[in-house]
Amino acid sequence: MSPENGKLLPETDAGGLNFKATELTLGLPGESRVTSDGVAKLGSKRGFSETVDLSLGDNKDSNKLGQFQINVPEAAKSPVSKAQVVGWPPVRGYPKRGTKSCKYVKVAVDGAPYLRKVDLEMYNTYQQLLTSLEDMFSCFTIRNYLNDKKLERVNGIEYVPTYEDKDGDWMLVGDVPWHSSNDTYKTFKRKLNEEALYMKHPRN
Amino acid sequence: MTYSFPDEVLEHVFSFIQSVKDRNAVSTVCKSWFEIERWCRRKVFIGNCYAVSPRMVIKRFPEVRSIELKGKPHFADFNLVPDGWGGYVLPWIVEMAGAYPGLEEIRLKRMVVTDESLELIAKSFKNFKVLVLFSCEGFSTDGLAAIASGCKNLRELDLRESEVDDLSGHWLTHFPETCTSLVSLNISCLGSDEVSLSALERLVGRCPNLTSLRVNRAVTLDRIANILRCAPQLIDFGTGNYTAELRPDVLSNLAGAFSSCKELKSLSGFWDVVPAYLPALYSVCSRLTSLNLSYATIQSAEIIKLVSHCPSLQRLLVLDYIEDSGLEALASSCKDLQELRVFPSDPFGAELNVSLTEQGLVAVSLGCPKLQSVLYFCRRMTNAALVTTAQNCPNMTRFRLCIIEPKTADYLTLEPLDVGFGAIVEHCKDLRRLSLSGLLTDRVFEYIGTYAKKLEMLSVAFAGDSDLGLHHVLSGCEGLRKLEIRDCPFGDKALLANAAKLETMRSLWMSSCTVSFGACKLLGEKMPRLNVEVIDETEPPDARPESCPVDKLYVYRSVSGPRFDMPPFVWTMDEGKILH
Repeated sequence: MSPENGKLLPETDAGGLNFKATELTLGLPGESRVTSDGVAKLGSKRGFSETVDLSLGDNKDSNKLGQFQINVPEAAKSPVSKAQVVGWPPVRGYPKRGTKSCKYVKVAVDGAPYLRKVDLEMYNTYQQLLTSLEDMFSCFTIRNYLNDKKLERVNGIEYVPTYEDKDGDWMLVGDVPWHSSNDTYKTFKRKLNEEALYMKHPRN
Repeated sequence: MTYSFPDEVLEHVFSFIQSVKDRNAVSTVCKSWFEIERWCRRKVFIGNCYAVSPRMVIKRFPEVRSIELKGKPHFADFNLVPDGWGGYVLPWIVEMAGAYPGLEEIRLKRMVVTDESLELIAKSFKNFKVLVLFSCEGFSTDGLAAIASGCKNLRELDLRESEVDDLSGHWLTHFPETCTSLVSLNISCLGSDEVSLSALERLVGRCPNLTSLRVNRAVTLDRIANILRCAPQLIDFGTGNYTAELRPDVLSNLAGAFSSCKELKSLSGFWDVVPAYLPALYSVCSRLTSLNLSYATIQSAEIIKLVSHCPSLQRLLVLDYIEDSGLEALASSCKDLQELRVFPSDPFGAELNVSLTEQGLVAVSLGCPKLQSVLYFCRRMTNAALVTTAQNCPNMTRFRLCIIEPKTADYLTLEPLDVGFGAIVEHCKDLRRLSLSGLLTDRVFEYIGTYAKKLEMLSVAFAGDSDLGLHHVLSGCEGLRKLEIRDCPFGDKALLANAAKLETMRSLWMSSCTVSFGACKLLGEKMPRLNVEVIDETEPPDARPESCPVDKLYVYRSVSGPRFDMPPFVWTMDEGKILH
């Protein structure tokens, strides 16, 4: 393909990818897509390519670019927001309307070197939250008071999910209905279940 | 021989003339009327805080009790005006603190209000009654605490759509127990943690004249019933979060609380709505005249169910989840509808997520003969739909259409939408406000200049072909007060040819157009009573050749000359010099 507008387009690879369709523009994300003669480029559905900051290195490195090109059609299949023109459409206070807020809380686990953050809005029940936290802190197990079911043990130590409410008290997760308690959570913490530990020791 | 009435009689006559426009007219009749009128003027409206200085206002009107000020241009709502541009209220408060000790009301829109300003208000005006901060910013809950504790006779505190810094959730407790005078309280803009719920309930309970209450998201559904039972006299209520796990006792308690409010006519809020709780509203629906569901993420079927219970509805704000089917239901249920605003649920999404098209607009225009005010976000439109809408609604006064994708043509004919908007201005002879979108050529501006004689405010984006478009508007629209334009190929010729027109208007905004720096300088030089402000955040305009277009231009008439509170990225063109 011949160079267009000063941009070099790599050769079509053997897979027959349509490079024209995935042409990468050299604008920064969010930059106005209107040229000085008023023509808007917003009609293109190349959301992914337009939101990538294109310092991809040497255009001549076709392997690198080719690899990137292979990824682009995959990403373009998923619905992605277009590059945004500043102040258009003229809506105020986005994302206050039409979307729900994020409710991020910190999660700390005794013995873990760092904390994580979860968005409580992503879950509809305690069970979903606990399962997700288990995945995040997969080296620990979580004592599941809700189902009173012992989960898989890895190192024999059980953890109890607790949270600090707005009065500063440490509460056990699960007593209050999910929806009504959403705005009182501040930090989750896993505490070592010392009672369980104690009970285990005599058997060892 | 005296011909006129004694001053006291004239003053008494003037006291029946309340509208600002009429007052202004009275003052121009003759010198003695000017004098009498200015001494008995109690209410002043200043549409642009930089058009006149506080001292000039005080000098002319020494006995003012109520003032309304507007600051930033409208496009500031959409992040087109950089932070720090201006619109500070403090200089006004400082001057008025000395000159108007009896000041009772301050209403501000798009201004920067600091805690210092609020503290000064609380300290300076012993009889202060009304504070309305509409889309303001720059203050925190500390400032609100000062107002709450300092203003003993406060009637109205309305913070609609303002940005408030949360420093302490307990500012509400600063209302003394002796405060029983509140009539209106709107704190819907505050974040989740910024309100002490028990203080709010106690405050509401001890103010028997409270008729308007809009709470924020911190107030959960289970608390609404308590609040309503404390204030059954409410006429306007804004809920907080309308969400909870469904429990029959909570639902019936809420329904009972709503039904005890016999005067309730207006509802808003409804963040995070759980549809199962909407039936709690049914007892008030028949009386509802205003309903704001623009934060409610409920689907069309639920909206239809609710709206079909509201035959008296005059005003509806809703998300595009209502879809065409919901608008058709609205058209058949709500024959008194006067105002409709449909907001986009996914404004930046690439895909069409809801079935809301031009058909919904046409349905409402057909079914609601009293429709006067429309704000409509959609993704497709036709000239035919606009023509039909115009013919069905000749009494339209405000029409704002936003087709989300810029330069979208008529999707059936692929033509520009000139003819459609032309029909709007031709048929709607009382049209005062118009916002355009879609594919538009200079022709639409010719129609506007020809027909839109009462148009006061016009918003234009991604439209037109040449300076002729701008020229049609500036030369034809006799009543034009505010013109805001972005991303249009309008430049020097039209602007300079119509320079005199700009002095008859409040303001002109042009961004991403083709007005050159040289033309701005010339305009500033030739028109001393215009402030010509060039806004550029990247570099000074004189760092480039004069023929280069400026990024943003804001021109407004002023009797107080260039302002002195400009930030580094704003330059005023004044008599050949560039002030900074």
